[in-house]
Amino acid sequence: MKRSLSWSETLITAVVKTCGYSAVVFVLLIFFFLLREGVPALGEVKLSELLSTRWYPIENHFGILPLITGSIIVTLGAMLIAAPFGIGTAVFLSEISPRWLREILKPLVELLGGLPSVVLGFLGILILAPFLRTFLNLPTGLTALAGALLLGGIAVPTIVSIAEDALDAVPQSYREGALALGATKWQTIWRVTLPAARSGVLTALMLGIGRTIGETMAVMMVTGNAPVMAIKLSSILAPVRTMTATIAAEMGEVANGSTYYHVLFFIGLVLFVISLAVNIIASSVVFRSKTRAERVLS
Amino acid sequence: MNRRIIFDRFLIQRFGISLLTLVAFLTVIPIIAVFAYIISKGAPALSWQFLSAMPSDGMRAGGILPAIVGTFYLTLGTAIISVPLGIAAAIYLAEYASENWLTRLIRIAIINLAGIPSVVYGLFGLGLFVLFLKFGTSILAASLTLSIMTLPVIISASEEALRTVPQAFRTVSISLGGTRWQTIRKIILPQALPGIITGVILGLERAAGETAPILFTGAAFFLPHLPNSPLDATMALPYHLFVISTQVPGMPIQIQYGTALVLIIFVLGMNVTATIIRSRARARRQW
Repeated sequence: MKRSLSWSETLITAVVKTCGYSAVVFVLLIFFFLLREGVPALGEVKLSELLSTRWYPIENHFGILPLITGSIIVTLGAMLIAAPFGIGTAVFLSEISPRWLREILKPLVELLGGLPSVVLGFLGILILAPFLRTFLNLPTGLTALAGALLLGGIAVPTIVSIAEDALDAVPQSYREGALALGATKWQTIWRVTLPAARSGVLTALMLGIGRTIGETMAVMMVTGNAPVMAIKLSSILAPVRTMTATIAAEMGEVANGSTYYHVLFFIGLVLFVISLAVNIIASSVVFRSKTRAERVLS
Repeated sequence: MNRRIIFDRFLIQRFGISLLTLVAFLTVIPIIAVFAYIISKGAPALSWQFLSAMPSDGMRAGGILPAIVGTFYLTLGTAIISVPLGIAAAIYLAEYASENWLTRLIRIAIINLAGIPSVVYGLFGLGLFVLFLKFGTSILAASLTLSIMTLPVIISASEEALRTVPQAFRTVSISLGGTRWQTIRKIILPQALPGIITGVILGLERAAGETAPILFTGAAFFLPHLPNSPLDATMALPYHLFVISTQVPGMPIQIQYGTALVLIIFVLGMNVTATIIRSRARARRQW
């Protein structure tokens, strides 16, 4: 009896342990397969060609710079929208809103987080793009701006929930101290609470950027998919094409193992490395703030 | 203190707080508008026939049954794979792992899995499941791809739920002669279950609404029949919405809104269920 019990205990421990390591295995597997299918692109296409400004795979032009600039301009635009609205909403929910209002507004923001991006893209095509075209008098509404607006909406729930957690984690005594010293509520928010939550807010922004750069469907549906260099300010009102949209739109029509196929995996590899970098920066910000808190406490 | 300075401080305060209130409402009102709009536009399209019939006339008429069934299968397949794996991984992190470099590595891996773009999961699924393991574009390959994407959500939520169970529960169980696994299975898991279920549903909700990971791993443009085996490709609601709103010319607008509404009901139904389970468990909790 005792023996069989310890046997099953050992077995279960082993199973649970193996599952525990699975996340590491999957990250390595993903990296390995992106390398395996993506790195051959470097042998088949000259690096100078890969870093050129012309994406026209039918004639073997595999310059990925237009796609990178497309991703950057859409992400920048999205963050210019999402950062003030996301942080503002988080501060409102955590510091200003009465409790009953917070209980209503918070689930609504979370609801947006659960909305499939393809639905946002669908509304983007039907409502946002025609509106932008007539409102700004453009030849087409399918532009970087439309993508930035939708992606802003997609990044907001991420930013709100993480920034609000950070604000909630600021000890109540900080606020009480500031108020007791005669600061107004606004001065307390602006000079005490927000700076104390700074690292968490930065993490929220970083993860918002990560979410935005990796978003695929909404952006593919509304940005017009023109692989042109987006380096001028006016590019925001022109069609662009992001890295994610390129993979999603073109992978279906590509012969497995061809150069084109390898280049698309190479773009996936670039996206993987970017998301890795964004996440590591975001989590190291959290880490640093923890050591600072520990310093204050000791 | 000078009266004027006090006046200015409160003027700034009033301005600042009004501005934040305005920002919050400008964020929330479009969200309400989006949902209200889709519901009002999509509701007229909903009918028993729309939900239960096969598409006809190049998808321009008839129903969306295969897409609904497909999304159901994909969500189910994802659950079968990711739920046991995710919960076991959470149990390891919350109950077994000690704080060493390996555990830190696992945590970093989970954070990074959560951040990988969905289309990159699609590429990975294509490379590993569809081509290397030769599953083909199938429900199996798509479910496996979605499972790995869902895993970090399930692990994080379940671990948090396990950690909220007070330490005293463990101490008492062990002191009464329970083994570690008995303690987990009989004491900790039942207590953490509502939190775990909430996390699982939120993870699966994301899987059900995703398009990019299934684009090259299991989604079919159009199928004249329902899938018969896990090795068949399948239609799916999010991909179907993408197809009919961008790839099919002359698509009746009503069918598009109807499809969007069905997708939203599917996904948000899960979301609301999760919220209800969470708040009920919180109200009932005795510790």
